[in-house]
Amino acid sequence: MDSKLAIVLIIVAAIAGYFAGGMGSDKPAEPTATATTPAPKPQADDKKIPDKAKESSNTLAAVKNKGFLSCGVNTGLPGFSAPDSSNKWTGIDVDVCRAVAAAVLGDATKVKYTPLTAKERFTALQSGEIDILSRNTTWTHTRDTSLGLNFAGVNYYDGQGFMVKKALGVKSAKELDGAVMCIQAGTTTELNLADYFRYNNLKYKSVTFDTTDQTREGFEANRCDVLTSDQSQLYGLRTKLNDPDSAIVLPEVISKEPLGPSVRQGDDAWFNVVRWTLSAVINAEELGVTSQNVDQMKSSNNPEIKRLLGVTGDMGAKLGLDGSWALQAIKQVGNYSEIFERNVGSGSPLKISRGLNALWNKGGIMFAPPIR
Amino acid sequence: MSDQPNTPTSNPSRPPPWNNPAVRSIVYQVIAVVLLGYFAWTILNNTLDNMARRGIRTGFSFLNNESGFGILLSLIEYDESSTYGRTFLVGLLNTLLVSVLGIFFATIFGFLLGIARLSTNWLIAQLASIYVEMIRNIPLLLQIFFWYTAVLQALPGPRDSIQLGDSYFLNNRGFYFPKPIFEDGFGAVLFALLAAIAAAIFIGRWARRRQDRTGARFPVFLTSLGLIVGLPLVVFLLVGAPLSFETAVLERFSFTGGSRVIPELMALLWALTMYTAAFIAEIVRAGIESVSHGQIEAARSLGLRNGPTLRLIVIPQALRVIIPPLTSQYLNLTKNSSLATAIGYPDLVAVFMGTSLNQTGQAVEIVAMTMAVYLTISLSISFLMNWYNRKVALVER
Repeated sequence: MDSKLAIVLIIVAAIAGYFAGGMGSDKPAEPTATATTPAPKPQADDKKIPDKAKESSNTLAAVKNKGFLSCGVNTGLPGFSAPDSSNKWTGIDVDVCRAVAAAVLGDATKVKYTPLTAKERFTALQSGEIDILSRNTTWTHTRDTSLGLNFAGVNYYDGQGFMVKKALGVKSAKELDGAVMCIQAGTTTELNLADYFRYNNLKYKSVTFDTTDQTREGFEANRCDVLTSDQSQLYGLRTKLNDPDSAIVLPEVISKEPLGPSVRQGDDAWFNVVRWTLSAVINAEELGVTSQNVDQMKSSNNPEIKRLLGVTGDMGAKLGLDGSWALQAIKQVGNYSEIFERNVGSGSPLKISRGLNALWNKGGIMFAPPIR
Repeated sequence: MSDQPNTPTSNPSRPPPWNNPAVRSIVYQVIAVVLLGYFAWTILNNTLDNMARRGIRTGFSFLNNESGFGILLSLIEYDESSTYGRTFLVGLLNTLLVSVLGIFFATIFGFLLGIARLSTNWLIAQLASIYVEMIRNIPLLLQIFFWYTAVLQALPGPRDSIQLGDSYFLNNRGFYFPKPIFEDGFGAVLFALLAAIAAAIFIGRWARRRQDRTGARFPVFLTSLGLIVGLPLVVFLLVGAPLSFETAVLERFSFTGGSRVIPELMALLWALTMYTAAFIAEIVRAGIESVSHGQIEAARSLGLRNGPTLRLIVIPQALRVIIPPLTSQYLNLTKNSSLATAIGYPDLVAVFMGTSLNQTGQAVEIVAMTMAVYLTISLSISFLMNWYNRKVALVER
């Protein structure tokens, strides 16, 4: 019996020793590996990349390879991303993906949409399930620094507001002391609301729902006095009420909500593609290039337009794209003004005015760095 | 593993250790455990490594950060400046609240239904079976939505509340009732209550021993009830009724002050109770039917009436059959309570895996903590019920 015990002990010790040894040899290897990664990178980048970790940091090549763009969008938010009656995705966020697909692949239809809830969105991007997250996502410090993603720009400047029942006779958010709020879970809304009420020394109660529709139903069933959300959404939700005239949107905007597309951190080439495609459509508006006149504009004598459309310079090549990258994006999707008016502006049921989202030289803050 | 196979003597034909089945089986098991441990360690290490490489924050330090958002219902002190750790506790308590209440009501209602299905009254039995067949065949989530909508639609707004007396209000913001405020000296009442409960337990034990010995019976129930209600009441009056009430008051938007039950809790509790009771009813029916009819006949021939027959003969034997499946219904109810998130009841999944996860982005840690909580609750229920099961199990002699 003693010998048996001894044998067991020896085996356990041997196995443990083996693994401890394995772990031990791993450990010194780890720092050297991370230390040497930056060094061979320049050479490795030009060649084929067999390493799996590298694969995830070369989204541009991966997208070109598979021939379509995976885009994470909202499950259904009119004007931003929602399937239309013919089951085609439309919206201002969807158009960002379409523009990127046009710039990279030359075809705006080559996008695979993944509808995501607020809770799922970051995990989907982190895990590589999607190439770009364009889902009315607020650019905040925490998200930019601790979620392993980078925001490539802003495609809609929003702010949080309040919608109340007309019957309550409330004219300002300052009168909302003691009110009950309906909020959608998983948004920056909850934090803004708490900040605003704390700062103004007001009390409130919040009922947090899972989806936009439940939030609206709660408001309609009078579970709460106020529905709070981004202003752009409030107008959309108001049109969905049984009696839209029974509610008003209060004038106060209590937060800054810059909404924009984001990509995985550490993939600068792909980050550049998304940032500059977005900049290209905004610059196109500024330069008066539209989807209609883009072909005539190629013969324009404005050097900025020539560079944008790839007539002169190698702006596309610098991004690893075709020379006609911006031309394709503008031609197939339109410039920023066209995108805005079609989805949320005068051409849509939402009828949102440009406001902050007007170009910088027209009273707004929409400003894209120049293409040169 | 002990000393039953070949005893180590100086027997020359003793097989080598690798041919010894006992040694072999131990070796295999050790290898399996080590491989499993290595597998788990690799996954953990791999996850952490990948997350670090992608610049995703890890670790549990976020629990000490300020959460910054409000929660509708909280059993403990909580406001926006509390930490995420506190948020976790609030969510956990809300989950426990609805689970415990749900288990309590579902058990009572389920037992009544189960007995009703066996009733000799045709109408009662049929009604009970229709209820059971209907409720347990409709998905729970739908029922929760149904009751929530029904509660919200059926109840009036705060201004036209249904009023019961001066201080009870029912509207679609909740059921408001006076909040008891304990003043100095109330501790004595609590002490009296505890003493009364202890005395009741003691009397129960004594009565049982006496009945075993002499056969004489003692009205344990009535005595205990009198003690538990009477003793604290007497003390309460003696120390000068140290209790006052705070009534809810209608303000511009809603009532403030007082205590209230929010409609989300009502709807969720109602749906969970109704749903689980249907399953418990079937379990109870099965348990009672498993007791052979001869037992009842034997009890009758001894001259026992219906009540004592049920209480002393049928139920103790039925419990043996009832307890194990009942345990799994309790577990189901607890886990189903996470559907709360659909109607805005702030349970653990809603406040912690919802808002907290979204604000901090630390999915791996938060999901792991949430899973650990449900596992712990479930294992605790399981442990308690198994302990109870051993107590009621047939003692074989």
